[in-house]
Amino acid sequence: MPSLLDRILEGRQIQQRRPWPRAVVGAHLWKFVANELAQGRLNLLGLWGEPSTVHMAIMEEGTAEIAIVSLDCPDHAYPSVGLHHPPALRLERAANDLFGLSAEGLPDTRPWLDHGNWGMRFPLGDRVSALPQPAPYRFLPVQGDGMHQIAVGPVHAGIIEPGHFRFTASGETVVRLEQRLGYAHKGIEGLMAGADLDRAVQLAGRVSGDSTVAYAYAFSKAAEAALELVVPDRAVWLRALLAELERLANHLGDIGAICNDASFALMHAHCSVLRESVLRAANTAFGHRLMRDVIVPGGVARDLNDEGKATIQATLDNIRLRFPALVELYDNTASLQDRTVDTGVLKPALARQYAAGGYVGRGSGRSFDARRTLAYPPYDGLRFEVPVLNEGDVNARVWIRVREVEQSLSLIDQMLDRLPKGPLRTPAGRQAEVREGMAVVEGFRGDVLVWLRLRDGRIERCHLRDPSWFQWPLLEAAIENNIVADFPLCNKSFNCSYSGQDL
Amino acid sequence: MRKLLFQSLFRQPFTEQAPSPDEAALSELATAVGRAARRRLGRSLSIREVDAGSCNGCELEIHALNNAYYDVERFGLRFVASPRHADVLMVTGPVTQNMRAALERTYQAVPDPKWVVAIGDCARDGGCFAGSYAVVGGVGAVVPVDLHIPGCPPTPTAMLKGLLALLERVDNGSVTP
Ligand code: SF4
Repeated sequence: MPSLLDRILEGRQIQQRRPWPRAVVGAHLWKFVANELAQGRLNLLGLWGEPSTVHMAIMEEGTAEIAIVSLDCPDHAYPSVGLHHPPALRLERAANDLFGLSAEGLPDTRPWLDHGNWGMRFPLGDRVSALPQPAPYRFLPVQGDGMHQIAVGPVHAGIIEPGHFRFTASGETVVRLEQRLGYAHKGIEGLMAGADLDRAVQLAGRVSGDSTVAYAYAFSKAAEAALELVVPDRAVWLRALLAELERLANHLGDIGAICNDASFALMHAHCSVLRESVLRAANTAFGHRLMRDVIVPGGVARDLNDEGKATIQATLDNIRLRFPALVELYDNTASLQDRTVDTGVLKPALARQYAAGGYVGRGSGRSFDARRTLAYPPYDGLRFEVPVLNEGDVNARVWIRVREVEQSLSLIDQMLDRLPKGPLRTPAGRQAEVREGMAVVEGFRGDVLVWLRLRDGRIERCHLRDPSWFQWPLLEAAIENNIVADFPLCNKSFNCSYSGQDL
Repeated sequence: MRKLLFQSLFRQPFTEQAPSPDEAALSELATAVGRAARRRLGRSLSIREVDAGSCNGCELEIHALNNAYYDVERFGLRFVASPRHADVLMVTGPVTQNMRAALERTYQAVPDPKWVVAIGDCARDGGCFAGSYAVVGGVGAVVPVDLHIPGCPPTPTAMLKGLLALLERVDNGSVTP
């Protein structure tokens, strides 16, 4: 029996096949896809604009087949997907802000990234001058007795990224949280247009600093798909090694930081030391603590020598020695468990609806992990488990990270053991024709998606979708009926990227 | 059992690891920062961090300043929650148009005398984000900058060095807030 995607794509003209098909569809089929998303038979992986086209990346539930459907909208309007499938809401608001594409029927037409400060509207589409007096942002109305509002941000008390949170509370209990983001919007997709691959991969690596490896990895894979470049084996393995080191460092940092927000500073102190040891090993092995600008289209920019290898090995040994005691401490500290168990519960149904990735999805029963589900090399030849829990609370998101630390340690061992020899990079060459490519890579936070089109060796359009797009809205749901004082804890357990979604 | 666990956890970093040369240099540097900070401001220097649209890479390394390796608090360098308690505003990011007003307001909330430290390559002039419609292009375009610490992101060591340099200049009177 043909799959749902086969039926959707049947008879359509396929624009690209690298590595997944993209087809131009009509409004009727577009709406059909929106409905299938709403029914849960498809997952939304992304939705983005071009001056007069809107694209949607979808994945079939079950088979994990992926496709892109595109709708031409010469009059800058298209049927809203968010109307049927709420995960598309913010993406459609952003597409309107950047391209002036209006989603017909969209229930929420407030701007998202555009705060009225750019001196223009629709910067990536047909630019028009800014509204003389941009309307003040209207937060959702709240009714009821004894409600009060708490407004926080964009500048927060801690060292964190900028964003605004509007709490409505009844006594201590949060009745509603509404987020307003976009403060970190740098216009990266605008800067991408016209960039050559060298500059573009640098930009990609600066979308979200904590995921610099994952972004450079996803961007490079998308470019390689477009150019049909074959990456040398050694580079394939080194990239995954870099990705696991990044995951390890971030998870260690997160586990400590979550406990810190539950006022358990001891875990934080020890986890920070372990995180630091990974960054130092990365610096020795790859010349940069965050391993920035190492992954490039065609391969990697630097090799791992014996000293680097030995340093990584020693660091792993040390973590193996110390981490179990910390896990035991977490598990056995009742006051800490009291804060994390049953706090900030994300229901599995919501995680599924939003196709939430990373520890947010896997802590709430959604098993998707691009390394396993899409099985890109070298992960197809490595042994690892994908931990999944159903509780959906802060505690579950901590345990997913703990288990993933253990898996990353084992993966890095396997990679160091089996690292093939050989060249590091295949030159990209210069392709005059138009080429498109897409890639999905598992970052520490979840799946990073990059889609791009190259013309004459330069970027014509590049879209980078952070996993946070489908996690931020779920934080609003998870915090409901929790006390205001638990917000930092819940927020840290999600650890969404502001810069990644603001772009 | 718990006590044992705590003790061993506490002891390990200090007793088992011989300081490598760079760690020795680091502690020397950190002591120097502490001395300069004390001379100028008595016991401590309070820092308020503002992310003006960074990629969050700089924040990661600022966080690292507080880990046990660098532990800046032992030298009286403290990150505070309110700009009203701060002597130094530490700013990251190219300053997005959407953060411009918030940065200005935070600066105004810091009492005099105050210093501004811009952290990272993109905080200087927008770095790789320069030229974007959404970016002002550097902290200096919005508030007066006393010191810029380069790097993408700067290492924690580079940040400590930078703070030292600022304090020396402040001490010599070459920086008048
Ligand atoms: S200097 Fe580099 S690491 Fe720091 S915010 Fe800018 S791009 Fe990110």
